[in-house]
Amino acid sequence: MRMPDAETLLSQLAERMRPQVRADTALIGIHTGGVWLAERLHRMLGLKQPLGTIDVSFYRDDYESRGLHARVKPSDIPFEVADADVILVDDVLFTGRTIRAAINELFDYGRPQRIRLAALVDRGGRELPIAAQFLGAEIKIADTEQIELQKSADGRLSLVVNPMPVQERN
Amino acid sequence: MAYNPQLNAHGELQHLLTIEGLPRDIIVRILDTAHSFLSVTEREIKKVPLLRGKAVFNLFFEPSTRTRTTFEIAAKRLSADVINLNVGASAQSKGETLLDTVANLSAMHADMFIVRHAQSGAAHLIARHVAPYIHVINAGDGRHAHPTQGLLDMFTIRHYKRDFTNLRVAIVGDVLHSRVARSQIHALTSLGVPEVRLIGPRTLLPTHVSELGVQVFNDMAKGLKDVDVVIMLRLQNERMNGALLPSAQEFFKYYGLTPEKLVGAKPDAIVMHPGPMNRGVEIESSVADGRQSVILPQVTFGIAVRMAVMSILAGNA
Repeated sequence: MRMPDAETLLSQLAERMRPQVRADTALIGIHTGGVWLAERLHRMLGLKQPLGTIDVSFYRDDYESRGLHARVKPSDIPFEVADADVILVDDVLFTGRTIRAAINELFDYGRPQRIRLAALVDRGGRELPIAAQFLGAEIKIADTEQIELQKSADGRLSLVVNPMPVQERN
Repeated sequence: MAYNPQLNAHGELQHLLTIEGLPRDIIVRILDTAHSFLSVTEREIKKVPLLRGKAVFNLFFEPSTRTRTTFEIAAKRLSADVINLNVGASAQSKGETLLDTVANLSAMHADMFIVRHAQSGAAHLIARHVAPYIHVINAGDGRHAHPTQGLLDMFTIRHYKRDFTNLRVAIVGDVLHSRVARSQIHALTSLGVPEVRLIGPRTLLPTHVSELGVQVFNDMAKGLKDVDVVIMLRLQNERMNGALLPSAQEFFKYYGLTPEKLVGAKPDAIVMHPGPMNRGVEIESSVADGRQSVILPQVTFGIAVRMAVMSILAGNA
C-alpha cells in the first residue's frame, strides 16, 4: 500500500494545531518518532516553552510479558508540568497503550491543566478509550502490518509499512 | 558460549552474581538504563510502577547500612514491596541452613533476593537452588564480588569521564580483602580501560593479580602519576591488628590519600570511595570533602544503577 507523504501530513497537522495552541502550550514528544515530529512542530508553531521528551518504557503494561525495553532513553520534561497546557505528540496511534503510559508518567511530574494528543497517523485498532485531538491522516492497514516513521540523514520524514514482528501481535 | 549461571537460555540476565564473565553489552545496557532512571530520581514523584506487586527480600547475613538501604530505596522506587531480613540475628543462629532459610522465604512468594554473605559463593549457591522465576542479586559475598558496587563505580566514571578507552585508573589500598576491587577490575577491563593500576603494600595485594591485566605499584607516588581516576578502598579495621600492617598511622603515611599525593594525578582526576570511609586512615578529610571528590554522587548513582539491575532482571522472566 502507498503511504501518504509524511512531510505533507506534518504541515497539515501543524495548521490544524495552530489555532488551538496558546503562547504557553507545551509539546512533549514520545520516543522516538514522536520526538522527531515534536521538534518540527515546536519550530513550526513557534512555541515558547522548551520541548519535552518522554520514553514510556518504565510505564508500559507489557513489561511483565516482554521485559524492559532494551534501549530506554531518559525522559526530559524541562518545564513545570503542574497547571501546564500539554500536547503529547506521537507518530502512529494504534492501541492507545503508549499514550496511557505517557499520561501516567506525566502525572508523576505534576498535575497538568490539560493534556491533548497530536498524532501523524491513526491506524485504528484502539484498545483503550483514547483519541487524538489533532491528526494528520487516518490509514487503514492489515493487522499483520505496522506503519513506521523514518528520518533520513537530511531530516526528511517518511512513512513505510512493514510486517509486524510476531511478538507484537496480540 | 560457556555456561554462565547468571544468564538464562536466551542469554538474558537472570541473576547478577559477579561482573566476571558478564558480556560487555549487558554491562553497557545496565549503565544506559541507570542513566534513564537518574531522571526519575530527580523529579517530584520518584517512583515508577515496574515492580508493582513484586516482593524483594533483602537477605543480609552480614551487617551493612548503605548497601541495604540503597537496595531498599531502589526497590521502593520501582514500587516493589521490600522485606528486610537481618538473618545473622535470627534463623542461622538457631541452626537453620542457608538453603532452608531461602526455601522458607520462597514459600512466602519472594520474587527477588538481594544477598549479602560473608562466604564467597553464597549468592551463587542460592541462585542454583531457587525456582526459575526468582532472581538473585549478589550484594557482596566474602572476598569474591560486589557487582552492583562495581557497576555504580563504572557509572560514576562514565558520568565524569564520558569515555573509558583513554583512561588510567588507580585502585588504592587493601585489594587483597576487597570484593569491590575485584568487581571493579573486571568491569574496567571489560569496558576497555587500557590501564588499571593497583597500589598498596605487598601484604595487601593478592599474588598473581597481574594475571588480571593490571599493573601493580607499591609506591603510591609512582602509581598515581597522571591517573584520571583514583579509587580508594576501605581499610578494614579488623586487618589493622593482624600481621599484615604495622599500624593505621603507618598505612596512612604511605597509602593514605592526601592533597600532596593527589597532585601527582591529572588535575581533573576524580576521587572515589565505596564507603564507609575511614577518615585519616585511607583518605584525608580535605580530599574526601574536596573539589575532586565524587564520593557522595557515587551513592546517588548507586540507587539508579540498582533500579536498572532490578528492573532488567525482573523483566527477564
